[in-house]
Amino acid sequence: MTDPYLTGLTLFVLATFLGVVLIGRVPPTLHTPLMSGANAVSGIAVAGAILVGGLDDRLAQILGFLAIVFAMINVVGGYAVTNRMLQMFRKDETPKV
Amino acid sequence: MSTLISLVYTLAAVLFIWGLRLLGSPATARKGNMVSGIGMLLAIVVTLLSEQIVTFPVIFAGLVVGSALGYWMAAAVQMTSMPQMVALLNGCGGAASLLVGSAEFLRAYQLGDAQSVPAGLATQLSIIIGAVTVTGSLIAFAKLQEWMTGRPITFAGQKVVNGLFALAIVVFAIWQIVVPSPLIGPFWIVVVAALLIGIGLVLPIGGADMPVVISLLNSYSGIAAAMTGFVIQSPILIVAGALVGSSGIILSQIMCRAMNRSLSNVLFGAFGSVSTASGRSAEGLTVKSVSAEDAAMQLAYAQLVIVVPGYGLAVAQAQHQVRELAELIEKRGGEVRYAIHPVAGRMPGHMNVLLAEANIAYDKLYEMEQINDEFARADVALVIGANDVVNPAARTDTASPIYGMPILNADQAKSCIVMKRGMSAGFAGIENDLFYKERTAMLFGDAKGSLSKLIAEVKSL
Repeated sequence: MTDPYLTGLTLFVLATFLGVVLIGRVPPTLHTPLMSGANAVSGIAVAGAILVGGLDDRLAQILGFLAIVFAMINVVGGYAVTNRMLQMFRKDETPKV
Repeated sequence: MSTLISLVYTLAAVLFIWGLRLLGSPATARKGNMVSGIGMLLAIVVTLLSEQIVTFPVIFAGLVVGSALGYWMAAAVQMTSMPQMVALLNGCGGAASLLVGSAEFLRAYQLGDAQSVPAGLATQLSIIIGAVTVTGSLIAFAKLQEWMTGRPITFAGQKVVNGLFALAIVVFAIWQIVVPSPLIGPFWIVVVAALLIGIGLVLPIGGADMPVVISLLNSYSGIAAAMTGFVIQSPILIVAGALVGSSGIILSQIMCRAMNRSLSNVLFGAFGSVSTASGRSAEGLTVKSVSAEDAAMQLAYAQLVIVVPGYGLAVAQAQHQVRELAELIEKRGGEVRYAIHPVAGRMPGHMNVLLAEANIAYDKLYEMEQINDEFARADVALVIGANDVVNPAARTDTASPIYGMPILNADQAKSCIVMKRGMSAGFAGIENDLFYKERTAMLFGDAKGSLSKLIAEVKSL
């Protein structure tokens, strides 16, 4: 288990399984917010982009800069849009006649 | 320092998981989004502490520009354009993974260092999946934005062409992985072929199947991030990416099940081309049209009205008119419910978001299984811009391309009013028997205009 790729694979498999269990039964009302919320999480690629953009290498910096921009659009746009959608969902507060 | 970074990453992963869990219930969903966002913020901040970072200006410039663009896009987008917005954001995530994977490869290339087999494999996969996500999302965006036709685009030999791209990707990626030092030629071939196959995979998919595609592309962007995580040895990328990857697949599966089709049928079935071969024509049958006045009369005196919204409602942006009409009916003592087909609209949960924007309470929205038995009791089923999801041919006509798809029982209501622009066929390109039924009446016209007329008529009663 000292091979980092093997450890990574273990994490990957466990997280995949966890995702399956988490999403299994979600009401359709929330499919869109859930999808865009998950979409925002995929912007985690920004962590990789930051590491690349911080290297002392011109090409890595250019690619890293672009990657950070794209990933942050994904992150900020994703969370903001999800929040906007969730704000709209409300229960019926008017008393039934 | 690296211990601290690892611990904070673990915390961020827990927050992502907890956030997704909270997103699964209407009452806690906003909190869930917040929790997940805090996880992301922690992950970004702690990454900045990494020892391998030697220069910051590029990083901060990227963070500022990306955040500003993302915020602006989210604030500017109209609610009705949400499906294409999600597609575009997906594409951005894919692009980030493609760029990071490419940067890692190009560094190895410059140094002339061979990557180990697992590192090489992960690099190739992050490049391939990232590239497919980018162009696939852009095509989905173009279709949803109506920059190109929403109908399936097919041509002779399409599968062969896609197959050749796939073969090129596999061959050159493996070659890249096994050669002793990185090669620039195969790198470009893999990138270009993966970009092209992303286009090739989404072109033949019709607008009605877009919810599945969007959620699948979402899954890809997660998997691409996870592969990038292997490349740069970052556990947080692996965990978060895998979570997104599997949740996207599950969501796609849920929707495919709702249509009673398999994922491979959606992806490779080219829906539209099948339907030209079958589907009974409706020659000799006549439809009955109804005036806004008569329709308003029926609605005003109904005990129970079930509204069946479809993509046409989103196109006409008539959601606020729907609420206004519903409020009038409710004021007169009637009850209004909404029947939401799992694949109505162009993204998962599209109708829910649309109606929520018009301030319609989510507990008035019913899933197909909850409401299908209620139709028999309904005085009026009001079908607005929906077609295939109420087509009875799905129950009986084995030749119909939508045969087997569960549908809403709008035809069982005491009367059915269908609002439609004209007699054109639905996305699947098939005739709808519902329109020719005895109890069905058509109210032709743009949904927004027709609803406004109905509102005026009901008010004047």
